[in-house]
Parts: sequence; structure tokens; C-alpha cells
Amino acid sequence: MSLLEMKHIKKSFDGLEVLKDISLTVEEGEVLAIIGPSGSGKSTLLRCATNLEKEDAGEIRYEGQFGLVFQNFNLFPHYSVLKNITDAPIRVQKRKKDEVYAEARELLKKMGLQDKEEAYPCQLSGGQQQRVSIARALAMNPKILFFDEPTSALDPELTGEILKVIKDLAAEHMTMVIVTHEMNFAKNVADHIIFMDKGVIAEQGTPEEVFGSDNARMQEFLGKLNND
Amino acid sequence: MNIISIIAQLAQGMKISILIFAATLLFSLPLGLVVAFGRMSKIKIIQWIAKVYISIMRGTPLMLQLMFVYFGPYYIFGLRIAPGYQMAAVLIGFAINYAAYFAEIYRGGIESMPVGQYEAARLLGYNKFQTFFHIIFPQVLKRILPSVTNEVITLVKDTSLAFVLAVAEMFTIAKQIASAQTSMVPFIAAAAFYYLFNLIVAVVMERIEEKLNYYK
Repeated sequence: MSLLEMKHIKKSFDGLEVLKDISLTVEEGEVLAIIGPSGSGKSTLLRCATNLEKEDAGEIRYEGQFGLVFQNFNLFPHYSVLKNITDAPIRVQKRKKDEVYAEARELLKKMGLQDKEEAYPCQLSGGQQQRVSIARALAMNPKILFFDEPTSALDPELTGEILKVIKDLAAEHMTMVIVTHEMNFAKNVADHIIFMDKGVIAEQGTPEEVFGSDNARMQEFLGKLNND
Repeated sequence: MNIISIIAQLAQGMKISILIFAATLLFSLPLGLVVAFGRMSKIKIIQWIAKVYISIMRGTPLMLQLMFVYFGPYYIFGLRIAPGYQMAAVLIGFAINYAAYFAEIYRGGIESMPVGQYEAARLLGYNKFQTFFHIIFPQVLKRILPSVTNEVITLVKDTSLAFVLAVAEMFTIAKQIASAQTSMVPFIAAAAFYYLFNLIVAVVMERIEEKLNYYK
């Protein structure tokens, strides 16, 4: 069953066409990685998919609730870690407090943050903050979890801990859409990869297909990365 | 007249000064938020009305505004001025004047909030009301507190302007005693009162700031 279907999505900013007729579907349990150079439209695609941006044309169909993990976390600084995770399920979803707290503590344990529930975001490292924000998104019990470059604001040594969390979620068959610059990670964790370039899907398929593709733009992009 | 009796008389005025101070904050802080919303409204006409309002309130002397509020109903609408309207006029004048200043402080604070906070709240399903009052506003308060402290300190001193409508606040009484006794003492006592009042305000505001320092 597909949980997300985007059909013929178009989006322009001030006359600049950022998305040119993009269509994709995400199946339940699938991990989709979206890669591509800066300015290729991958973040805009994610923002359209999560309703933060309204597409100019096209159609988006969801199955159930979705969550988003931001590049710079966007935790609520005035709330403790626990409150960051529990406030929306209690206030928005009107779920029972005890149940939400128990679930939140379970999530914190999974993220290796069980001793941090009283801490405030400013007292945590970037990697810890990002793990809290993943827990916050998961506490809403989303059907799909979107990630917008979840490691781009982190030091290389903190990147690994976030990638591991995402890998663990993939092992539990969480449906995820991940915009990322981490090529090896995309290769290892994704079932399906979309390579975007200049507002179109230039290449897509399994990791083997995409990384083995002879698409010129794809090769150029990978070449640049390898030279870094 | 000895110092004790001067201070006893001034104390009566202090009560009025403190009343003007407290009532002004009570009315102008919420009113300022309403004006700030108007100023940030997407509806052009509302935005424009708020802009003109703020411009007039900030651009003309408070003393003159108090006189307008007091005499305006008579000269403009021909209404008879009820006895005892002075105090009401003072409170109205102060509230609408300070609301304009607070509105701009609120606006500065609200506009300084990163858009990511709104986006995170939206993704988590908070409605607009919940987003503002639970996520945005508590953080705005922390950001604007130093500017609010400034206004509150100015307000303590501004309460003396109520003398133009002959409201018996402390400065009005100090002036009366001073001219009757040809003495500087009432003025010195008044100065000490305002200074002490503001010292308390500063300490209280600092406490609140410290309390909000639990996060960055």
C-alpha cells in the first residue's frame, strides 16, 4: 500500500521553476532517499510533501499522519526534553498523560537519552538534540517520517549517531523519506533512491541502479563528491 | 510642618501613584498585544489603523494626550464632564499611550522568532492559538523583558504627569506642599520615592529575568 503519492508537482519561486513535474510514490515500510546537488529542488520537494510549502500544481495524497525531522532540530527551547516529546501528543492528540509519558520514556531509552528527560535543549549536543527531535516526531505515531538533511548541521563525529538511529528505524520497517548528502548512508539504508537535478528526477531506482547508472549528471555529481 | 507630616501627606499621593502604575500595566500590556496583532495583520486597513495609532501615541506628549482624553469629550462631543472623571481620564490616557509602546516591543519580539518554531509546531499539529500562546509567546516574553523593564521604569516616573489633571498623586501633592511651605523638602522626598520605587521595579524585573534564564 502506498502511504504517499505525489503527482505532477510543480513549484516556482518568483518565476524560478524549482520543481518541474515531479511524481513519486512511497510504499509502506519503504525507505526513500532523495539526493542531488544544492539547488536541485530536493528540499522544496520535501517541504511540499510536508505541507510547509503549497505546490503550484499537482496532487498529493497521504495515508495517515506524517512527521518531519528538521535540519536544525527546531526543538522548543523553553520545554524540557520530556515536554518537547509529550506536549503535542497530550495537547494536540488529546491522549492520556500516563500513556504518553511511558511511551516518551521508551523512546528516550531507544535514543540513548534516558537520563536527559529533565534537560533543556540548550544543554544538549547537536546530536542529542537531533535525537530528541526524532523522538518528538515518533511520539506522534506517524505513518511516514520525513528527514530534511538531518545531519547537515552536525559535526562529522555526531553524524554517525543520527545515521545509526535512522538505520535502526529502517530495521523496524519505519516508512521514511530522507533528503541527505550522505551518499554511503543513502546507499546502505535506502530501498529506493531519487537523484534530483535542476528540478527534475534525473535518475531513480535501487541504490545499485542509481549508483551504477551511466547518467552523465549523476556521474558528475558523484565524481565531485569523491574529489572532496 | 515637619518631615513626618510631609511624608504622611505624600504617602496619600503615593497610593494614587501606585494605583496609576498598576492599572496602566494591567490594561496596557494586553492592549499592546492586541495593537501588535493589528500592526502585523495581513489586512491592510487594520495594519494601517494600528500604524497611525502607534505613530500618534508615540509622536505627541503624554501630557497633551491626558488633556485630550479629559477635555475631548466636552469640546468635541459637547458632553458634560462628570466630577471625578480626572482619574478615569488619567488611566485611559496612560493605558492607550503605553499600549502603543508595548505593541512595538511585542512586535519586535514576535518578528525575531525563527520561522522554524512555527514550522515545527505546525508539523506537530498545534493550531494557531496553541502555537502562539504555548510555543511562541513564552519565548517572546523572555526576549522582550529588558525592553519592557525600560518602559516600566519610565512609567513610574511618568505617573507624575497626572498632575496636569489635578489628580492627587504624589508629585501633585509635593508641589502643593512645596509652594505652601516654600521648601525643597517635599521635592527631595518625592525624588526619593520615585528612586526607591524604581529600585524595587529593577530588582523584581531582574528576578523575573533570572527565572527565565533556565533556557537559552
